[in-house]
Amino acid sequence: MTHRAYSVSEHLFLAAAVISGLLTVAVFCFLFLFGLPLLQSGQLTDLLFSPWAPAKGLYGIYPMLKTSLLLALLSMAIAFPISLGCSFIITSLAPVRLRGFLLAVIRVMTGIPTVVYSFAALFLLVPLMRNLIGHGTGMTILTATPVLAMVIAPTMILFFVNSFTRVSTAYTLATDALGGSETQKLLYVILPQAWPGVVNGVLLGFGRAMGDTMVSLMLAGNSIGVPESVTESARTLTAHIALVMAFDFDSMEFKSVFVCGLFLYILTAVLMMLFRMSTAYFSGRK
Amino acid sequence: MRKTIYSVSLSLLTATLLLFFASWSLASDDLSSFAEQKGVLRIAGGTAHIPVMKEAAKQIINFNPKIQISIAGGGSGLGIKQAGEGMVDIGNAGRKASEKEINKYNLKLLKWAVDGVGTVVHPKNNVQSLTSAQLQDIYSGKVNNWNEVGGVNREINLYTRDEASGTRKVFWKKALAKGDISVKANVVVSNGAMKTAVAGDPFAIGFVSVGHIDSSVTPLTLDGVTPTLDTVRSGEYKVSRGLYSLTKGEASGLSKLFLDFIMSPTGQKIVADKGFIPVR
Repeated sequence: MTHRAYSVSEHLFLAAAVISGLLTVAVFCFLFLFGLPLLQSGQLTDLLFSPWAPAKGLYGIYPMLKTSLLLALLSMAIAFPISLGCSFIITSLAPVRLRGFLLAVIRVMTGIPTVVYSFAALFLLVPLMRNLIGHGTGMTILTATPVLAMVIAPTMILFFVNSFTRVSTAYTLATDALGGSETQKLLYVILPQAWPGVVNGVLLGFGRAMGDTMVSLMLAGNSIGVPESVTESARTLTAHIALVMAFDFDSMEFKSVFVCGLFLYILTAVLMMLFRMSTAYFSGRK
Repeated sequence: MRKTIYSVSLSLLTATLLLFFASWSLASDDLSSFAEQKGVLRIAGGTAHIPVMKEAAKQIINFNPKIQISIAGGGSGLGIKQAGEGMVDIGNAGRKASEKEINKYNLKLLKWAVDGVGTVVHPKNNVQSLTSAQLQDIYSGKVNNWNEVGGVNREINLYTRDEASGTRKVFWKKALAKGDISVKANVVVSNGAMKTAVAGDPFAIGFVSVGHIDSSVTPLTLDGVTPTLDTVRSGEYKVSRGLYSLTKGEASGLSKLFLDFIMSPTGQKIVADKGFIPVR
């Protein structure tokens, strides 16, 4: 009886896994099919490296591609050290009572919609940046960066904390027995052990940073030029898709959105694979 | 005697009741067709239309709570597309749908208001008027400092709308004479967002539907004409357009009742109250 129940639930979960896996593939096929006319016309390099100027027949996504990568990398550079530090504090450095409280706060933060952060930043951060930069609108890549970092950090912290607490107590107890301090335990035992979890957290955070729409749409200014510095207004791939969506189905503008989606998809997939491969490589070598 | 008093008071009562009913039916005459209706009406598209749509919906829902009306933005392009694909019952557009779009989706257009698109700046900006040529140079990026047009020595912050916006299309065609819009221009996604952006940025220049202009932004005089209701109505201010609602095929059911209401005296009064020019 128990065996049968087990196999039923097993099949259910297997089906769920297969369906969600197939859905991902289906989305890729869908994007590919709709992007095909543009890709077939031999304009692939044009698309990648030309600017966006529909009036001149140019549907390039280079400015958006550059902005997306720049914004994701910058916010990652802020969010990663903060997340690592926060997870150190939550797992071992803070007083025990405070740890639970901090973790609860982080959990709440993961659930706050990004539009709320963006809206607050629109009224608080944008005027500040305008004064700091001294020219322009205050809606720049640099304005969106800390907000995006705040959006991705909680996810990363939760991931880091999980992987830290999963480190075998045999190791941590042994460190304690040897008289190691909390800091030594963190640096020499927990971090080397939890490293694949940290990489996975980074991966997830980067994926969120690339995929987030609202933050850059509301704060980065959305201008279609190629950004030459981080104090300039620019448009990410996701914001571009949101802005061009409203065109009618037959227009080239609308078709080019599928190519945008395709690149976003491929970019994230390749990054994920690279990270996974490197994790497998490093953990295999150990 | 007693009988007379009785009949007098009775007739008085009847008269009062009649008067009451008369006034009641006068006020809600345009709404009365919604009396026995129920259902859901979905509206989306042009963001200039939203204030009118919301007020109309409020009155209809207050009159008959069984009717649900959802109103979304998204821009003119989205309004035309979603109406054509049947995703909404009524799509709004701040521009005429193209021949291609009309034929493809069998769209029916109803123009219920005229609206101007005015150039706006921050209230603290001392530049109050521009010529068309200056405006075109500013938007193309040729002129990028306020001191070149008589203002302070600060960079001009350009704001424009997304490519599918009807407001942008009218502004581009009639105010910019189809000139270039600089790639450095910031893009916002609705009339409301444009107003918020310009109201918060002392060195901004943008454009919004005249119905959206309030004390938080200053309308610029263009070639000597200030965009106001009067100048748009008289045709003196040229940057104007019709506000349209679209349905797939002839409007029917709730959609028809809603559009009839917008065209009724009460509906057209809402149009005027919200800062647009009624068509009737």
